Amino acid sequence: MQSLQPSRRKSISYAKYGYFFILPFFLVYAFFMLYPLINTFVLSFFGNGRANQDTFVGFQNFQYILAGGSRPAKAIHEEFILSMKNTIILWIGNFIPQIALSLLLAVWFTDAKLKIKGQGFFKVVMYMPNIITATSVCALFLSIFGNTKYGAVNSFMLSNNMISEAINFVTDETKSRVIVMFVQTWMWFGNTMILLMSGIMGINPSLFEAAAIDGANSGQIFFRITLPVLRPIFIYVLITSMIGGLQMFDIPYLFHEDVNTIRPSLQTVAVFIYKHFHATDPNYGYSAASSVILFFITSLLGSVTFAMNNSSKDKKKNKINRQQAKARKQLGGF
Amino acid sequence: MANSNNGVGAMTAGYSDANYHKKIKMQSTVIFVVCIILTVICLLPIYILVVNATRTSTDITSNGVSLIPSLHFFENLGKLKTIKEYAISFNAFYGFRNSLIIAVFSAALSVFFSGLTAYGLTVYDFKGRNAAFTFILAVMMIPIQVVSTGFLQFMVEIKLYDNYIPLIVPAIAAPQVVFFMKQYMESSFPLSIVEAARIDGCGEFRTFLQIGVPMMKPAFAVQAIFCFVTNWNNYYTPSMILLSNKIEQRTMPMMVAAVLGNDKLSDYGVRYAVVAISIIPVVVVYLILSKYIIAGVALGGVKE
Repeated sequence: MQSLQPSRRKSISYAKYGYFFILPFFLVYAFFMLYPLINTFVLSFFGNGRANQDTFVGFQNFQYILAGGSRPAKAIHEEFILSMKNTIILWIGNFIPQIALSLLLAVWFTDAKLKIKGQGFFKVVMYMPNIITATSVCALFLSIFGNTKYGAVNSFMLSNNMISEAINFVTDETKSRVIVMFVQTWMWFGNTMILLMSGIMGINPSLFEAAAIDGANSGQIFFRITLPVLRPIFIYVLITSMIGGLQMFDIPYLFHEDVNTIRPSLQTVAVFIYKHFHATDPNYGYSAASSVILFFITSLLGSVTFAMNNSSKDKKKNKINRQQAKARKQLGGF
Repeated sequence: MANSNNGVGAMTAGYSDANYHKKIKMQSTVIFVVCIILTVICLLPIYILVVNATRTSTDITSNGVSLIPSLHFFENLGKLKTIKEYAISFNAFYGFRNSLIIAVFSAALSVFFSGLTAYGLTVYDFKGRNAAFTFILAVMMIPIQVVSTGFLQFMVEIKLYDNYIPLIVPAIAAPQVVFFMKQYMESSFPLSIVEAARIDGCGEFRTFLQIGVPMMKPAFAVQAIFCFVTNWNNYYTPSMILLSNKIEQRTMPMMVAAVLGNDKLSDYGVRYAVVAISIIPVVVVYLILSKYIIAGVALGGVKE
C-alpha cells in the first residue's frame, strides 16, 4: 500500500466510498425530483391547455396569476390570491395551537417532579389521530359536521332542541375553516409532542440538576435550559410543519358535500395547483407558474429558518467537528 | 408553562416544605384533567364513527350521535357489495392490498437508502461532502406540490402514469429522512467503531450493514414508521399518478375519496362503515405496536 501512495501520506483514503454511498440518493433524486422541478420551471413559460401547451408565452402565466388583467386573467389572479390567503390562514390556525399544545404537553410529560399518571396511555391516544389516513379523517369529520340535518352534530342538536335549524358547518366560510384547522391540529399535535419530548429527554439531566442546585425556578429552567437546548429539534419540527402546511391538501380538497366542488374558502395553493394540472384539459402553465411561486416562497421561509438556527454556537460545534475529522484523518491508517 | 421542566434529579435538589409538595400535587391533578379532556377529544370522533358504522341509516338520520352501538355493522358491510354504486367505487381488499404494497416498499427503500446516504455523509470525508449535505438541506424544503406539475407531465410523457413505480421508487431520495438520520448518527454513532472494523478487515459496505445499521436501529425504526404512515396515508401522489382511477389500482385513501365524491350514495350507515373499515385495522395495528412505536419515536429523537 505504501508504495502506491506518496511517501508523506500515512493513511489509506476511504473517501471514495462516500460517493458510492450517496450515489443512489442523488441518481433517484435527479430523475424523480430535480428534473421534474426543472420541468416545472420550463412548463411555467408555456401556454395553457393541451392545445397551447407548446406555445412559449414568456412570463404571461406569472403576469396573469400575480397581476391579473383582462377577464380570464383576472379570474385566475383572484383565484390564486384567495388560495394563498386560505393557505396562510389555515396553516397559522393549525400550527400555533399545535405547537403550543405539543410543547406544553411535552414539558409536562417529561417533568420528573410532576409524575403524570397514565403517561404511556396518553401518549398512545394522542398520537393515534396521526396514524389515521387524512382522507378517512376528512370523511369522518364531514359525517360528524355534515351540513344538513343528517350530520351527526346537527341531528344531535336538532333532536335535543339545542338549535332550531341545521348549522352550515361545511358551506360557511369561517366555520369550515375552523373545522379544518381543528382537524389538522387534532391530527398533528401528538406527533409534534412526541418529537419535542424525545428532544427534551435527550437533554443531559445534569444540566437540570445543576440549575436546580443553583436555585433556578421552573420558568428559568424552561426558558434558559429546555428551550435553548431544544432548539435543533424545535427547528426540525418547525421546518417539517412548514413544509406540511404548504402541502395542506387532502382535507381542504375533500371537505365538501357536493360532488366536484371544492369550497372556495378552503382552496389552498396545493389544491389550486392540483386542480389545474389534473383537469381533463390540463392547464400545466398555470399550475407550473404557481408551483414556481410556491417554490420561491418556500425557499425564502426555509432560508430564514436556517439563518436563525445557524448561530455562533453551531459554528463552534462545526469547528470542533472539523478538528476531530482532521485528527481522525491523521490517525486513519495507523 | 412556567411551572414545568424536565429534570430527573431536580426533585432531590433540596425542596422539602409541605407547600411545595402541595403545589406540585395540584399541578399534577390539573394536568391530569387536561390530559383526560384531550383524550376524550381524540377518541370521541372515532367512537362516534364506530358506533354509527353499526347503526342503520334511518337511525343515524334521526339522531347522529349515539354512544350505544347497534347491531347492523355486518348488514352495512354487506350493502357495500350488494349495492352497485358502492361496489363500483369501493373495494376493501384492493384498497388494503395496494396501500400495503406502496407503503411497505416505500418505507423499506426510504429507510435503507437514507441510512446509506447519511452514513456516507457522516463517515467519509470526501470532496464535496459539505456541498452534498447542503444540497440535501436545501431540497428538504421543497414540497412535492412544487414539483408535481413537472413530475406528472414527465410521467405522462414517459408513460409511467397508472403505475406504482413513480409512487415507490422516489422514496429512495428522501431528504428529510437523510437529515434526521445524519443528526442521529452525529449524536450517537462513534466513528472509532468504523475504524475498529477496518482494522479487523471488514469491508466498507459490510461495516455499514453489520455495524452501522444495527447501531442506527432506533432511527431506522422511527423513520420506517413515519415513512410507512406517510405513504399509507398519502392521497395526493397516488391520485395524481393513477390517472385512470381504476378500482383495482386505487389505494385505500382513494377508495374513501371515491365514496365521498359519489352523491348517489346516501346510506349513512354504509358511509360510516366505509370510513370505519379504512380506519379500524390501522388503529388495531397501531395499538398492538404502540408501545414499540412510541418508544421508538422517543428513542430516535435528536440528542443535544
